[in-house]
Amino acid sequence: MNKMAITGSIIAGLLVLTAICAPQLTSYDYKAQEISQRLQPPSGSHLFGTDELGRDVFSRMIYGARTSISVGLIAVFLAVLIGVGLGAIAGFFGGWIDNVIMRFVDIVLTIPTLFLILMLIVFLGPSITNVMIIIGLTSWTDIARIIRAEVMSVKKLAYVDAARLIGLRRRDIIRRHILPNIMGPVFVYMTFGISGAILMESGLSFLGLGVQPPHPSWGNILTGGKDYIESAWWLVLYPGAAIFTAVFSFNLLGEGLRDYFNPKLRKE
Amino acid sequence: MRRYIIRRLLLMIPVLLGITVITFCIVHLTPGGFVRVNMEMNTKISPDSMQKLKALYGLDKPVHLQYLDWLSRFVRFDFGHSFTDNRPVLEKVLERLPATLLLNITSLVMIFFFGTIIGVTSALKRNSPYDRIMTAVTFVGYSMPAFWLALVMMMAFAVKWPVLPVSGMTSMNFDMMSATEKVWDIARHLVMPVFITAFGGLAYVSRYVKSGMVEALTQQYTTAAYAKGLPERDIIFRNALKNSLLPVITLLGLSLPGLIGGSFIFETIFAWPGMGRLAYDAAMTFDYPVIMGTVTMAALLTLTGNLLADISYALVDPRIRYK
Repeated sequence: MNKMAITGSIIAGLLVLTAICAPQLTSYDYKAQEISQRLQPPSGSHLFGTDELGRDVFSRMIYGARTSISVGLIAVFLAVLIGVGLGAIAGFFGGWIDNVIMRFVDIVLTIPTLFLILMLIVFLGPSITNVMIIIGLTSWTDIARIIRAEVMSVKKLAYVDAARLIGLRRRDIIRRHILPNIMGPVFVYMTFGISGAILMESGLSFLGLGVQPPHPSWGNILTGGKDYIESAWWLVLYPGAAIFTAVFSFNLLGEGLRDYFNPKLRKE
Repeated sequence: MRRYIIRRLLLMIPVLLGITVITFCIVHLTPGGFVRVNMEMNTKISPDSMQKLKALYGLDKPVHLQYLDWLSRFVRFDFGHSFTDNRPVLEKVLERLPATLLLNITSLVMIFFFGTIIGVTSALKRNSPYDRIMTAVTFVGYSMPAFWLALVMMMAFAVKWPVLPVSGMTSMNFDMMSATEKVWDIARHLVMPVFITAFGGLAYVSRYVKSGMVEALTQQYTTAAYAKGLPERDIIFRNALKNSLLPVITLLGLSLPGLIGGSFIFETIFAWPGMGRLAYDAAMTFDYPVIMGTVTMAALLTLTGNLLADISYALVDPRIRYK
């Protein structure tokens, strides 16, 4: 493994750990408002200060990590499920099935993704579940294309013929013999997908189209903070830095994995 | 070549139809929306007048008939009228297009200009400290949440040290300015959004140019050019750069959807009067005709852009042309 992948996975791992251990890391309730303590700068009792409603920003940030990480993971899981499924079917069967699936991919690719997400979110209503599902539903096209190309090249190899000759069902050939051999690009895609989903979720939440308060998200902490940008810098700095760190670490991991799975670079 | 173009043009028709069907379904079949918010949730409205209102907006027919209505008007380039201000949708879309194109084309030019410079110089000084710093800087830009950077920059350069305008595309007294002042005014408004967009997009281009350059410099024709005694500058710019720019054309084609659609998150923060904002406002007010109009226009322009990118790729790379 290379340095990028290791650094990326350490930072991302810490974030995931923070998300899991959120209740252990803070003694404040992220929803508890204490108006007399509003807009307090960072101090010993409130590590990252308090927000406009007197809530502890550190707690909201930590629970915000839960939001971001779970949106990232679930959205990408959904995208991979759809993308790998359709891509593998298109690549393996070819012919008219391939044609129909790929034309559908073309259609989804041509609608500007942001418009598609915007429409779906406004019409289905903003909520954390909808954000996960919608990001998943709009980001599977790339992975479908990658998987299709990979399957098409792998299915010509001798061991796939051998599997067919011993009479395995086509479903089993795809699942047991082809997919495990093309997991490299899937992992690379997933890490970039997670950072993309985190970025998208925070952007949507920032505009009020994503995770709804009082449920915390790095994006909606920033929404509150932007009105106090001149007086309460901590409300803007910390959530932004958190989004950047999360996106950066998963991107780094993705870069590292891409090099790792690229045989040309590995030999060097 | 001509047959290829005709075939591609014909293929655009089913894709465009599919896009309009999907958009129409999202707009009309999901819960919530115009009827629910403006009529069903309104307790004062009588069933009778609700029926009349639906008929007024053409929402009383079955969905598939509404779609066919829309389609028959669309082929005549009639996108209908906005629900909110009753202006023709096409007019509303066309008036927003220049702002989006201005912002995105300027950003794209910056991205490709600086991306190419960084890519070429990094390839020439591979693995040097310069190369590493540039990789790190572009990577940071790529991971940066643009809306946050926008907030921070607005705070720094518009509030704390007011050297740049906060938002919008023009100043309040724009109408009273002379032509040169107008250009200067728009240019000042462009600085922050263009910088942020370009900073985020540099990584892609510089990476492609760099790996293309590195590959071209190790090719035999480069060795041959050195052996022939050509000056290094000619080798780099005439031979290597030309070939390493090929994938950049594809990249240009791929960046078109964003170019035309614009980003509503970004445009909302900067109050930029572009297509993204129009789509955002339309979605928020459930303005069906405007939603359909923006999505269809964006898709149409994207398809045309992709086609142009493919054609220009075929034009510069003879291997594709003769296939």
